[in-house]
Amino acid sequence: MGYDLLDHTGDIGIKVRADNVKGIFQEAARALFDIITDLAKIEVHLDWEIAVEGSGLEELMVAWLTELLYLHEVEEVLFCDFTLWEIDERSVRGVARGEKFDAGRHVIKTAVKAITYHQLEIQEKDGRWYAQIIFDV
Amino acid sequence: MAEQVSVQLKKIDAYRWLIPREGGMRTDGMVYADERLMGDIKNDQSLLQVRNVAFLPGIVGYSLAMPDIHWGYGFPIGGVAAFDEGEGIVSPGGVGYDINCGVRLMRSGLERKEIQAKIGGIVDALLVNIPSGVGSHRKDLKLNKEQQRKVLQKGAQWAVDQGYGQWKDLEHIEEKGRIPNADPDLVSPKALERGRAQLGTLGSGNHFVEVGYVAEVYDEGVARDLGLAKDQVTVIVHTGSRGLGHQVCDDSIRVMLQAAHKYGIELPDKQLCCAPLASKEGKEYLAAMACAANFAFANRQIITHWVRETFEQVLRMGPSTLKLDLIYDVCHNIAKMEVHKVDGKERRLCVHRKGATRAFPPHHPDVPADYQETGQPVLIPGDMGRCSYVLVGTQRAYEETFGSTCHGAGRVMSRHQAKKNAMGRAITQELEAKGIYVRAASQATIAEEIPEAYKDVSDVVDVVQGAGIGKKVVQLKPMGVIKG
Repeated sequence: MGYDLLDHTGDIGIKVRADNVKGIFQEAARALFDIITDLAKIEVHLDWEIAVEGSGLEELMVAWLTELLYLHEVEEVLFCDFTLWEIDERSVRGVARGEKFDAGRHVIKTAVKAITYHQLEIQEKDGRWYAQIIFDV
Repeated sequence: MAEQVSVQLKKIDAYRWLIPREGGMRTDGMVYADERLMGDIKNDQSLLQVRNVAFLPGIVGYSLAMPDIHWGYGFPIGGVAAFDEGEGIVSPGGVGYDINCGVRLMRSGLERKEIQAKIGGIVDALLVNIPSGVGSHRKDLKLNKEQQRKVLQKGAQWAVDQGYGQWKDLEHIEEKGRIPNADPDLVSPKALERGRAQLGTLGSGNHFVEVGYVAEVYDEGVARDLGLAKDQVTVIVHTGSRGLGHQVCDDSIRVMLQAAHKYGIELPDKQLCCAPLASKEGKEYLAAMACAANFAFANRQIITHWVRETFEQVLRMGPSTLKLDLIYDVCHNIAKMEVHKVDGKERRLCVHRKGATRAFPPHHPDVPADYQETGQPVLIPGDMGRCSYVLVGTQRAYEETFGSTCHGAGRVMSRHQAKKNAMGRAITQELEAKGIYVRAASQATIAEEIPEAYKDVSDVVDVVQGAGIGKKVVQLKPMGVIKG
């Protein structure tokens, strides 16, 4: 996958790489669920349309991941696949695919409490996109 | 990572280190640690975070850090900062996502040897009766909207009203289990939804219920006043406001990012976003935070009731024999309006304690009547393999740290490192060989929470005692633990 774990004492951080800005949002979402569960065990049985707003890429990233975390917790779903349809400076629209949590088949590796703004970075360098995000666990 | 800023440190005495004011800092930082703990502290970015907190407007006294300080987000974990009511700010990042995460301690009428052979049964039954881990909740506790509003307004008082525990429990909870001025209208539908099925659940990560015993008594007189004696069985509950609190924090941070911009507050880290205490945004955060704090008080109260029921079921004893009385319940992620003397003058301040515990001295009006002579009990849980401590608050803490002290051991290993370290080891059996029976909803939690992942809480408490910002009363050792 296109991410590395950051060794943060209290929490968990990720460094994500992708070819474009949509990719960075998709990869960050996959990394989030890779931390929560075993992605290989999730089948695609449902899809969820997601639309969030914010000002700037950093706020949008937190809003996008927070929405996925919210759905995971309240609807008890696990996602493994993400497509971003549209992104601009103020909004993100896309779809997350996965299935309902099944205690018999799925594992929860780490419960993530929240997506933080701490040392949050999203940048483009030489045509590649990089993001750093720290989760509260 | 972000650019490394080097932080200057000046050793004041064996337990105090000053971070002198420079650049945008409005005050000095002060860290409580000895040489050894400082070695660990320097390895992460927590000192930089102490410095960053000192940038915030209206800060009064030092930007403080307790000896269990470690790298958080925005504020360090183990950070304490007070802000002037008129000129200061309130910051959701200074409270954290798990609003009113806290600890409570019960004593019992039991001795260690009476339950030694039955500890497995007790722990297994606790794991059944107290929902732990992701998505689990009890079918017999589901709230409608109106009930949920009452929980947010009344906290532990609501729980007792519903039959979870006794009225006298409330006397032994910080703020009597209810923070005033909680306004449920300021809690978003999303936060309510996340909290709906999570009242009366332990959660995962470092949250736990631990059955232990008094291993060591340091102050016979104070221990007697707290009703504690050697070999007596005790129970600790550690949990917070669950998804509801996380969402209140999330929602507030979004508001505060705008607010900080609007009020022209410069932030060295976005996670420190804040608003003036006197502003609409500041007041609304405090009223929403109070709701989450009350949810957490109710949560610990309900779990306490289930702990009592579990002991009754497994040991076949009545409440009058078990005597599972609440000693105290403390918050360690909270911001509160308090009156403190600063340079001889009384001022109303908003004291942020993020991974820090209130430690009020004897004769303070907010200390319960039966602890007026001893000072407020302070509960410091350690990791699941070593020990925990009961302390009392001191006059010195009141004068130096706005009546605050440490909250726990503090991690030294990231969760990832801990998992690597635990790989191939049978942690549950290792602990069982030491006489500690541990069960968790998820095996991954046990790996993340291995004792070596934490500082030795004894080192932390020794610094607190040495610096005079807390006084050791007893040491508790674990016999059985449930984890999320």
